[in-house]
Amino acid sequence: MSADFRLPSGGRIDRDTRLRFTFNGQSLAGRKGDTLASALLANGLHQVTTSIKYGRPRGIMAAGVEEPNALVQVAEPFSEPMLTATTVELCDGLVADGLVGHGRLDTEPDTARYDAKHAHCDVLVVGAGPAGLAAALTAARAGSRVVLVDDQNEAGGSLLGRDDYLDERSSDAWVCDVIAELAAAPDVLLLDRTTAFGAYQDGFVLALQRRTDDLGFDAPRHVSRHRIWRIRAKQTVIATGAHERPIVFSDNDRPGIMLAGAARTYLHRYGVQVGRRIGVFTTNDSAYHAAIELAEAGMDVPVLIDARHTVPPKLSAECATRGIDVYPGHVVTGTEGQERLTDVHIRSITGGHADTVVCDTLLVSGGWNPAVHLFSQLGGSLRYAPELGAYVPGESLSSARVAGSAAGAIELMACIEQGAEAGRAAVTAAGFRPAAEIPVPFADARADEAAATVLWRVPGSENAEEDTQFVDLQRDVTVSDVTRATGAGLESLEHVKRYTTIGTAHDQGKTSGMLAAAIVAEELGADLADRRPTTFRPPYTSVSFAALGGRDRGELYDPIRVTALHDWHVAHGAEFEDVGQWKRARHYPRQGEDMHAAVLRECRAAREGVALMDGSTLGKIDLQGPDAAELLDMLYTNMMSTLKVGRIRYGVMCGIDGMVIDDGTVIRLADDHFLLTTTTGNAAMVLDWIEEWLQTEWPHLRVFATSVTEHWVTVPLVGPKSRDVLAAVAPDLDVSNDAFGFMTWQDAVLDVADGIPARICRISFSGELAYEINVNAWDGLALWEALINAGEPYGITPYGTETMHVLRAEKGYPIVGQDTDGTVTPQDLGMSWAVSKKKADFIGKRSFSRAENLRPDRKQLVGLVPADPTVLLPEGAHIIESDHLPEPPVRMLGHVTSSYDSAALGRTFALALLRSGRDRIGEKLYAPVDDQLVPVTVTETVLYDKEGARRDG
Amino acid sequence: MTADIRTRRSPLDGWAERLAELAPAVEVAERPFRTHVTLRLRDAGRAAAVSAVLGVELPRTPCTFTRGDGPHGPVEVAWLGPDEYLVLAEPGLQRTLESALRQAIGDASGAVIDVSAQRTTLTLSGPKARDLLAHGCAIDLHPSVSPSGTCVQALLAQSGIVLLVRDADAGEFTVLVRASFAIYLATWLLDAGVEYREYREVPV
Repeated sequence: MSADFRLPSGGRIDRDTRLRFTFNGQSLAGRKGDTLASALLANGLHQVTTSIKYGRPRGIMAAGVEEPNALVQVAEPFSEPMLTATTVELCDGLVADGLVGHGRLDTEPDTARYDAKHAHCDVLVVGAGPAGLAAALTAARAGSRVVLVDDQNEAGGSLLGRDDYLDERSSDAWVCDVIAELAAAPDVLLLDRTTAFGAYQDGFVLALQRRTDDLGFDAPRHVSRHRIWRIRAKQTVIATGAHERPIVFSDNDRPGIMLAGAARTYLHRYGVQVGRRIGVFTTNDSAYHAAIELAEAGMDVPVLIDARHTVPPKLSAECATRGIDVYPGHVVTGTEGQERLTDVHIRSITGGHADTVVCDTLLVSGGWNPAVHLFSQLGGSLRYAPELGAYVPGESLSSARVAGSAAGAIELMACIEQGAEAGRAAVTAAGFRPAAEIPVPFADARADEAAATVLWRVPGSENAEEDTQFVDLQRDVTVSDVTRATGAGLESLEHVKRYTTIGTAHDQGKTSGMLAAAIVAEELGADLADRRPTTFRPPYTSVSFAALGGRDRGELYDPIRVTALHDWHVAHGAEFEDVGQWKRARHYPRQGEDMHAAVLRECRAAREGVALMDGSTLGKIDLQGPDAAELLDMLYTNMMSTLKVGRIRYGVMCGIDGMVIDDGTVIRLADDHFLLTTTTGNAAMVLDWIEEWLQTEWPHLRVFATSVTEHWVTVPLVGPKSRDVLAAVAPDLDVSNDAFGFMTWQDAVLDVADGIPARICRISFSGELAYEINVNAWDGLALWEALINAGEPYGITPYGTETMHVLRAEKGYPIVGQDTDGTVTPQDLGMSWAVSKKKADFIGKRSFSRAENLRPDRKQLVGLVPADPTVLLPEGAHIIESDHLPEPPVRMLGHVTSSYDSAALGRTFALALLRSGRDRIGEKLYAPVDDQLVPVTVTETVLYDKEGARRDG
Repeated sequence: MTADIRTRRSPLDGWAERLAELAPAVEVAERPFRTHVTLRLRDAGRAAAVSAVLGVELPRTPCTFTRGDGPHGPVEVAWLGPDEYLVLAEPGLQRTLESALRQAIGDASGAVIDVSAQRTTLTLSGPKARDLLAHGCAIDLHPSVSPSGTCVQALLAQSGIVLLVRDADAGEFTVLVRASFAIYLATWLLDAGVEYREYREVPV
C-alpha cells in the first residue's frame, strides 16, 4: 500500500516535475530531486528487500553512502547490478528492484561512455558542507587553484534545506553565495555528484563523477556517463562529514528503524515525512534536533528515549512544548512488527519502569563517526576519542588536513571555523598568502547542551536461540557472532572482521565497523584507546570497472601499433597476429586457402622464386661514439670490434646469468657508428639495457644509443630471384655476389618515384639469397609497391610471420622468446661459435664457467622429425623416452618449442629443447599428440640446405 | 636527388578530415614530413657552435624548448635529457642539418641522428585543446605551471609523446608521436573529443 508522505512544502525537490518509476513491480511517482530512497519514503515504503542470511525484512536506514540495507538492482534506464537506494537519483522511467545481497551483472555489453580527466590544484577540498565551503572559499580568495568535490547533487552538506540562518542569510542562501563566488573565480573547479574514493601518496586523489545518471533516458550518448577524476593537489582539506552511528538492540533491523540524522535529511531536502508516529532513541543532543524538527513539520513524536540520565534542559523543554515525552536514563530493549515497525519496548537503565510505545518509525542516534576514510588511506593515524565514541584523526599530515565533523566537530559554528582554518593553513602551505580573514558567519542553530554518552548496545537477546541484535545488517552479523569470534580466541579486529564478515559488504562497515570494534573490546575487557582500528583502504565507495576502464576498451584497450605498410596488408587480405602491441601480417590467404595452405605456398615462393615481407617492427638502435665498438664487445657474446665498416655480423646478447636475452645483427656504418637490430618484442628492453649499463656501470664510455625503429621501413626480399628484383629497383647498384657479398650492406638510390634512398643489407633469416631493404618510413609503401611490380614476372609473393618462422626453423635459427625461455645459454642453442673465447669480458661471460652451465645434461636445441611425416607435434609437447606412459612421475626429457609443416622438406618437423640433446641425435623418442605417443627422431637443428648452398643464390 | 613528396605517405595520411571534426573546439592537424634530428652533446663547449648552426640557443633548462629563425629557417630545439636534444625544422632539411650539426660538434662527445620518420607531428589548438589533453595526459598544463616553451615527455592515453607548449595562454600545443602509435593516438583523440564536438564558441 502506498500513501502520500510528502509534505505540502519544503525540501529542495522540484515539485512541478513528477517522475514515474517502478519499484519491485509497483508503479510509483516521485519528484525531480528525489533519491530513490526519498521517493520510496514519500510513498510510505520503508522495506526495500530482505536480508541475505535470515530473510528478514529490511528498510531504508540512512540517507547516504553509509546505507547498509537498501540495496537495489536497477534495470532501467541503465542496468546497474548493485546500488544503494539512498544514492540513486530518481529519473523518469526508473525501474529497480530490492536486492538480497548479491547483484547480477548484466549480460548485455555496457554501451555507455566512460572517461577520465586529470586535474591539478593547490588545494583540493573534499566535501562541500559548511567546513568544506569555508575551506574552499578561504583557499580561493587567496588566489590559489582549488578543486572542490562533493558527492551530492548540490553543495551544502548538512546545511541543505535547513531553515537555520547564517548571519542575516538563510543557510541555503549562504551556500548559494559561496558557490557563486567560487564558480566565478578563474581557477576553481567545482565538481558535484563526485565522490573522492581514494587518497594516495603525493596528493593524488581519485574521484568518481556521475555525470548523466540523473538525466535518465535523456542522458546524451556522447557524454561520458561516469568520469574518473585524477586529481593532484599540493594540499588536501578533508571535510567529509560524519556518519551517524546506530545503537545495537534486539530487533534493531526492522523497516522503520532509521538513523535520526537521515530523517532530518529526508525532511529538509526532500520534504518527506519518514513516518506518522515516531519514537526517538538517542545518546546525544543531535536527535533532539531531529525530534523537534519532525514535530514542527507535523509528525507525531510521542517519545524521546535518552540513554543519559542528564538531559539537555532547553532542548527537553522544547520537546515538552511539542508534546514529546523525554525519558531520561531509558533505552530501547526491543521492537515489534513484520514488514514495518509497530511497537518499541523501552525500559529504564536502572530497572523498574518499562513500557511499550506504538510507533511506525524509530529514529536512532548513537553518536557520530567522523568520515576519516581518506585521512586513514593517506596513512594518517587515528585516535580513539572516548567523548565521541569514535576514531578521529590522531595526527596532522603535512599535506592533508581534516576539518569539521570529519575531525570530530559537532556544532555548525565549529565546523565552519575549522574549515576556514584548514583552508587558510592549506593555502599557506601551498605557498600563498591568505587574503584577509574570511568572516565566519554566526549560526543561529540550536546549540548542543549536554555531553553525549557512549552506548554501543542494549543487552538483550544475545543468549536467545536466535540473536536479533544486528551489528552488520547487510551481512546479517549479530552480537552473538562477534562473541563467538572472541570466544574462539580471536582478538585482532582484522581477524574478527574476516571471521564474521563484518564490514565486508558494499558499505564496508560504515555503520557497523565502530560498533564491532567496541563490542570486541568490551568482550576482551580492553580499552578502545589501546586498540587499532581496521585499516581504511580505497575505494571509499564502490566504483565500477567500466568507470575505471574509461576509454581503454575496444580498439583503445591497448595501443595497436602498425607499420607504414599496414594498410597494404589489410587491403591484400592479410591475417594478423599480435606481437607485443604490434599488428604483424601473419599470412596472406588467397581465396579458399586456410593458414596451412597459405603458409606452404608462401614458403615455396621464398625457396623457389621470390617473396617479401614487412620486417619494419624489427627493433633498430643507432649507436654512435668513439667507444661504440668497446660497448658492443661487452653487450654481445661475440666479438664486434673487429667488424669492418661495410659489414654485418650476427650477435647474441646474454644477461649477467649467461642466458640469451636477445639476438640480432650489427651493421658497422663507420668506425664510430653502428646500427643494431633487435627482435620485435625486445626493442625497448634492449635500449633500456644499453642505457642501464652506460649510465650505471660504464659512464666513461662515449657512446650514444638512439632508437630508430620507426624511422625505417624494413623489407626482407627473399629467394633465388631476389637479386633480379633488387637489380630492377636499384639499377645503379652492382648486385653481383662479388660486389655485394653476404653480410655486407650498401647504400643506394632506388629507381622508385624520383629516387628513394635506401640502405640494403645482405642478411638472410631463411638460408636463401636475401636482402633487407631499409628506407625512410614515409617511403615504405612506395618501396613495397615497386618491389611488387618489379617482382611480378617472378611471381613475387608477400609472406607473413608464420612463413618467416617456418623458413628460419628449417634452417635451425632459433627465435629468442620462442625457442628460449630465459634459461637457455648460447651453448645450449649450439651457438658456441658465437661466444668469444678471446674477449677478456662481456656480459654473461663469467656465468659460462659455472658448473650448472657446464652440465652435459643441459637442455639443448635439437631438431625433431616425427616418424609419420604428416603428424604435427603441438608446441609445448613434452618428450619422453618410452612408447608408453610409465607410472608417474614421468621423466620429461624436454619439450617442443617450434613445430611446422614444411613445404621444402615435404614433411612436418620441430625444434625442441632436449636434455643432452646433441648426444641424442639419431635417437628415437616419443611425444604425446592428442591421446597417442608418437615416435620422433632427434636430428640436427638444420634440416634444410645443410651446406648453405642457397645463401648466394 | 630528393624523394618526390607525392610518393610519400605520412602516418596519418587520410586522417585530416576526421581530425577536423573536432573543430572548432580543438583544431588538430598533422604536419607531416618535418625534419627531426636527435642531437646528443655532452661537451657544453660546443653549444655555441651548435647554436650558430641552428640560429637558436640550446635549451639549458630541463623540460623546455627554444625556438627561433636561423640559417635553416624556423627551428625548435627540445630538451629531452641532460645531453639529449631534438631539433625540429621544416621538411626536407634532415641531410643538411645532420651534416651541419655533425660538423659543429666536431670531435666532441656527441651524436647526430636523423629521426624524421620516427615520429609525426600533431598540432593542437583551440579553446578545448588543453581539456582534451587533460583527459589522457597527467602533466599540469596550466599556464602558470607549463608556460610557453615547456617541453615534456609524457604519456597521452597509452602512447608516449613529446609535448611542446607553443602558446600557453592561447592553448597551442605540439604533440610528437611515434609513427606506429599515430593511428592509436588519433583514434583516441577523436574518442576523447566526442563531447567537445558539440562545442560552439559563444559570442560575447
